[in-house]
Amino acid sequence: MKTYLLPSIKMTIILLVILAGIYPLAIAGVGKFTPGHGDGETISYKGRVVGYANIGQKFTKDKYFWSRPSAANYQADASAGTNKGPSNPDYLKTVDAAIDTFLKHNPTVTRSQIPAELVTSSGSGLDPDLSPAGAQIQVTRIARVRGISAEQINGIIEATTEEPLLGMFGPAKVNVLKLNVALDELTK
Amino acid sequence: MNTEISGVIFTYLLTLAIAIPLGIYIARMFGGQKTWLDFMAPLERFIFRFSGVDPKKEMNWKQHMLALLTINSVWLFYAFFCLLFQAHLPLNPDGNPNQTPDLAFNTAISFVVNCNLQDYSGESGVTYFTQHFVIMFLQFVSAATGIAALFILFKAFRDKVTDKLGNFWDFFIKSITRILLPLSVVMAIILAFNGTPTSYKGKDTIITLQGDTVHVSRGPAAAMIAIKHLGTNGGGWFGANSAHPLENPNYLTNTVELVAQTIIPIALVFALGFYLKKKKFAYVMFGVMTVGMLMLLIPTMNAEINGNPAIAKMGISQPTGAMEGKEVRFGPANTAYWNIVTTIISTGSVNSMHDSAMPVSGFMMMMAMMTNCFYGGCGVGILNFYIFIIIAVFISGLMVGRTPEFFGRKIEAREMKIASIIALLHPFIILVGTAVSAYVLVHMPNANWAVKPSAWLNNPSFHGFSEMLYQYTSSAANNGSGFAGLSANNIFWNVSAGFVLLLGRFLPIIGPVAIAGILANKKFTPESAGTLKSDTSTFGIMVFAVILIVAALSFFPALALGPIAEHFSLK
Repeated sequence: MKTYLLPSIKMTIILLVILAGIYPLAIAGVGKFTPGHGDGETISYKGRVVGYANIGQKFTKDKYFWSRPSAANYQADASAGTNKGPSNPDYLKTVDAAIDTFLKHNPTVTRSQIPAELVTSSGSGLDPDLSPAGAQIQVTRIARVRGISAEQINGIIEATTEEPLLGMFGPAKVNVLKLNVALDELTK
Repeated sequence: MNTEISGVIFTYLLTLAIAIPLGIYIARMFGGQKTWLDFMAPLERFIFRFSGVDPKKEMNWKQHMLALLTINSVWLFYAFFCLLFQAHLPLNPDGNPNQTPDLAFNTAISFVVNCNLQDYSGESGVTYFTQHFVIMFLQFVSAATGIAALFILFKAFRDKVTDKLGNFWDFFIKSITRILLPLSVVMAIILAFNGTPTSYKGKDTIITLQGDTVHVSRGPAAAMIAIKHLGTNGGGWFGANSAHPLENPNYLTNTVELVAQTIIPIALVFALGFYLKKKKFAYVMFGVMTVGMLMLLIPTMNAEINGNPAIAKMGISQPTGAMEGKEVRFGPANTAYWNIVTTIISTGSVNSMHDSAMPVSGFMMMMAMMTNCFYGGCGVGILNFYIFIIIAVFISGLMVGRTPEFFGRKIEAREMKIASIIALLHPFIILVGTAVSAYVLVHMPNANWAVKPSAWLNNPSFHGFSEMLYQYTSSAANNGSGFAGLSANNIFWNVSAGFVLLLGRFLPIIGPVAIAGILANKKFTPESAGTLKSDTSTFGIMVFAVILIVAALSFFPALALGPIAEHFSLK
């Protein structure tokens, strides 16, 4: 073992310099040239940073598109899922409660129209997206509260929806923060 | 749904399209032929000179293992003390605290053994210093350890009697400079351009559109997320791992991360074929592994796409499948693919919360880690597979009444003993661990630990049992994913899982290397009409049967109490 101890220590030191020092610094250097300059991409409204493009935030007011329920309550320094199992009776009660809340705020909607993501929590608790169906189902409510036409809001959804990768791979989605910024811009 | 399934198929085909040329490259590089990364040679010479080792000195299998264990011990001590005192070390902009001794014990082992089980949360449990100088460093070197161990096996498989099996340092350093580091640079840049942060700035505070104040954790994550996947490590920068929208911002990065964790294990299968000029054998091995993967994948995808029957009963439509614990940008089909890839390959990174997956998926994920050899982790996947090959050769030999031989060497009592012990070790540590934890939970519910046993589980009944079974399965398989509802950050879990991690890593490396080393020293008998052929589909089926009997069936009673019972109760 002794024969190998000193080389092991020396090799560890030199590899620490290369792998933990130089390598991430080089990547940080490249990161300066990315859209968010390596700090994360932000979205501004009226000259103020209102959020990170990729990080979901809580929307509970009726005039905004709601985000998904979140185990982390959208605290972006403590990402978490509920980790509830599919058969857990307490968990199923919270889903049931989320359905009731949604129906109360969206009286024109029937149960079978609610897409699952609106009553279940995401893995990170910071999911920034909804499926297009998850946004469309909220249009009637927002139109009523804001006093604008449903067509205008549907237009925003259509313009904000991101199609599958190359049009072929993965689900279509729509970023809730971008939707809501567009809503505010429409009625400012 | 169609774009989701085509996304999965595309991802797998892209994986093969990269893995096969990579396998050819690794075989060439390792065989000493010219490759386009030869410009790394001066850096390697510098590392060897600095460390005072001669990379040309041949080692036998025991010297290899001594070198491997020595440097791994150095890392273990180094990591433990860094984590213990991280609050006082530089690069801690968020002011995170020291780890407790039992947590530091678990974390240090977990990353040294390439498992990356995390009983802490990335945003608050480590600092930028320990993320890079402990976690990420270990992600490189533990993966390189696995690949180096496999290279010893490659050397031993050649058609000549020898105890000269190359040099450990040479294999180890080249695994980093010629494989892991270059690929990591490319991948980290792709991630950076898709929104993963790279700068060293600490938390940001913003006021949201609706007016809430929110703190946003950031940090130089892209570099780590690259090696986390390429090295089949899986430990995330953020608590939610690759479900976190900064760690895995979109479908493209998700595809890249999926491909990254799969290419090296698959490439190594092909590299074996090219290096030993036994291509047909490699194809048989690849075939068995792929069939195994598909058998796990298809039921999982089916379960996730169809959604949770208990939620369907409430009258909710699930056009995007079971969404609890999943992210909209990935969808259920892709998430199911990730679930299986990350468990067969010992990565253990997650893009959804496994605890919330359907019981069928939970079953398949645990089965993936229990077999632990369908592609498998960097290097170690083939080492695990090799054990099953030895057993299959022996049993087939007995069945047809011929001397069991593999690659021209007789398999005798000593090798079989080692193989049997290693094959049985895996179910032994998983099942004993689970049994003990279940006993403690029932008989000592109020033990005075950081988390009382009565508060360990996040779910009742069968699913609660699955949480414990999953934790030990993941530890023994050095996987690192978790049914994260389990409150594992207390002395019982930190320490017991720590020991399971150590046993589950080093014995399954030493065993196969020892067998290979012993065999390489035996008389070589060229193939004849009487040889049992190891490169036929018949032999492939035989190996598959051995895996099914030895690995899968030993776990069936435990699985029946967990996911199987839950599945039938969920209607």
